[in-house]
Amino acid sequence: MTVAGKIAPEHPAEVRRPAPRPGFRDRLARWDVKVSPYLYVAPFFIVFGIVGLFPLLYTAYVSLFHWKAGDDDPDFIGLDNFKELFADAQFWHALENTVSIFLLSSVPQLIIAVGLAALLTTGIRGATGWRVGVLLPYAASLVALGIIFANLFGPKYGLVNGLLQTVGLSPVDWQANRLASHVAIAIMVNWRWTGYNALIVLAAMQAIPRELHEAALIDGAGPARRFRHITLPLLKPTLIFVTITSTIGGLQIFTEPKLFDAMPGSNNGGSTHQFQTVTLYLYQTAFENFDLGYASAIAWLLFLIIVLIALVNYLLTGRLARTPGRKK
Amino acid sequence: MTALTGNPRALAGRLGKPRKATYWVLAVFVLGSLFPFYWSFLVASRDNGMLTERVPPLLPGGNFFANAARVFDTVPFWKALANSVIVSGTVTLTTVLFSSLAGFAFAKLRFRGRNGLFVFIVVTLAVPTQLGIIPLFIAMSKLGWAGGLQAVIVPNLVTAFGVFWMRQYTVDAVPHELIEAARVDGCSMIRIFWNVCLPAVRPAAAILAMFTFMMSWNDFLWPLVVLDVGNPTVQVALEKLQSGYYVDYSLVLAGTTLAAIPILIVFLLLGRQIVAGIMQGAVKG
Repeated sequence: MTVAGKIAPEHPAEVRRPAPRPGFRDRLARWDVKVSPYLYVAPFFIVFGIVGLFPLLYTAYVSLFHWKAGDDDPDFIGLDNFKELFADAQFWHALENTVSIFLLSSVPQLIIAVGLAALLTTGIRGATGWRVGVLLPYAASLVALGIIFANLFGPKYGLVNGLLQTVGLSPVDWQANRLASHVAIAIMVNWRWTGYNALIVLAAMQAIPRELHEAALIDGAGPARRFRHITLPLLKPTLIFVTITSTIGGLQIFTEPKLFDAMPGSNNGGSTHQFQTVTLYLYQTAFENFDLGYASAIAWLLFLIIVLIALVNYLLTGRLARTPGRKK
Repeated sequence: MTALTGNPRALAGRLGKPRKATYWVLAVFVLGSLFPFYWSFLVASRDNGMLTERVPPLLPGGNFFANAARVFDTVPFWKALANSVIVSGTVTLTTVLFSSLAGFAFAKLRFRGRNGLFVFIVVTLAVPTQLGIIPLFIAMSKLGWAGGLQAVIVPNLVTAFGVFWMRQYTVDAVPHELIEAARVDGCSMIRIFWNVCLPAVRPAAAILAMFTFMMSWNDFLWPLVVLDVGNPTVQVALEKLQSGYYVDYSLVLAGTTLAAIPILIVFLLLGRQIVAGIMQGAVKG
């Protein structure tokens, strides 16, 4: 198994000796080979145990209690938190908001990303420069972005409303109106992630064999038809990958709605919670109302929802990956 | 429809010729990407009066340094900067080191349970750590770490993504023969890692370092939960600038501009490699 065992002894005499006691150095070397791998992978498992596994299990434990922050003796209440949660209109409202913002951001984002990738793959001059430019928003901090966009979409003096009025449209109250607030937050999300996704799609596009396009061209297929019948089908696995990652991110969206509030520092997600997401509600419950038990129940329900959606995505991916056509 | 000869050069021309419009669309997109940064600088370099004007001015004013100075008066911004550098620097170093070590073990060493452990790591990629903030907060409070930088650093010492990324790269980058030769020469494992493996995986480690630094610098939720106002990271300090009844946008946006400068410089210097890293990750992943 290990190389150390296969090394031929330097002195043949050693072979004849019945049972040579391994020297200290040999034993050390053998021990080194055996133990080192575990030492090298250990940091991950220790850290994951502390910040991943333990919290997940402990969250489940806390969710069974009426547990106020700072409370030394929380009451065990079984599944009452979950019962309450299922009847909690604010939670379902927040879930609706989350899904709405997620759809408003992911769908246009993917379409624009594919379009951008198609433009970037045409052999333009200065390709790297354009790619860096497209990726630039990815470097921005969400907090800075949240603040900047809250300012741009401000109801009274915001630049966006100013522009709308200049072209003769009526201003929109981006923070008060539920759908408008979702659109504004989705624009924020899209602004940051579209370029990133475009690069991932671009990478997949460049892996498509050129001969396929050439063959189609000879058969007389124009750019639009080639895109529809060659590029898109071969991009499917990548598109699904991008969808999964943006789903997991989208369901946890927090920073953007938190900073979008007209009352800075508030966790309400607007005066009637019109853009409060589940993670924001979770944060509010835990760190504003200090109701850790109930917040833990929210965390677990959200976790189950994410797992469920990821599973559906996974099954879908598995099915699509099995379809022939993509050469790895 | 059009008859084409089999001339490869003609074909290449037909397939890969960008039109003028392509450049225009891309230029508009990139300008759109830059605009919020520019707007933030614009407001930061003027005073709040500009925001009430119907047609806002398009050129920066001269108040940026005055506004920036007010940022330093309002929140402990130097401390926040120092904290962010400490947190991001430490997290980047440990993540790269531990991920490379684990990647080396998973890619090149044989040990019982190797495959199972690696599959486990890949699965944990799907566990959203955000959802564990409540027990983590309780644990940090009990340890007496809440409010301290170690509470932000320790949970981020190494990531599943990092291990996965380094393993993928190490598999191809380090030849088995080299490791065996080093072992025959009597090298210890750690020396093989340090002298043989690490130099070979430097490009991947560099990309991982850049990503980790950017993520850590921009991290918000957990530092907001666990740090307090007197000892913030840059992102937490920014949020504190904005909280209050009256938002002084020149002040707040001066803060966001200041906070964006370091990361923008890093990005513009290393953008090429970051782009390459994303494209490489997309194909491999």
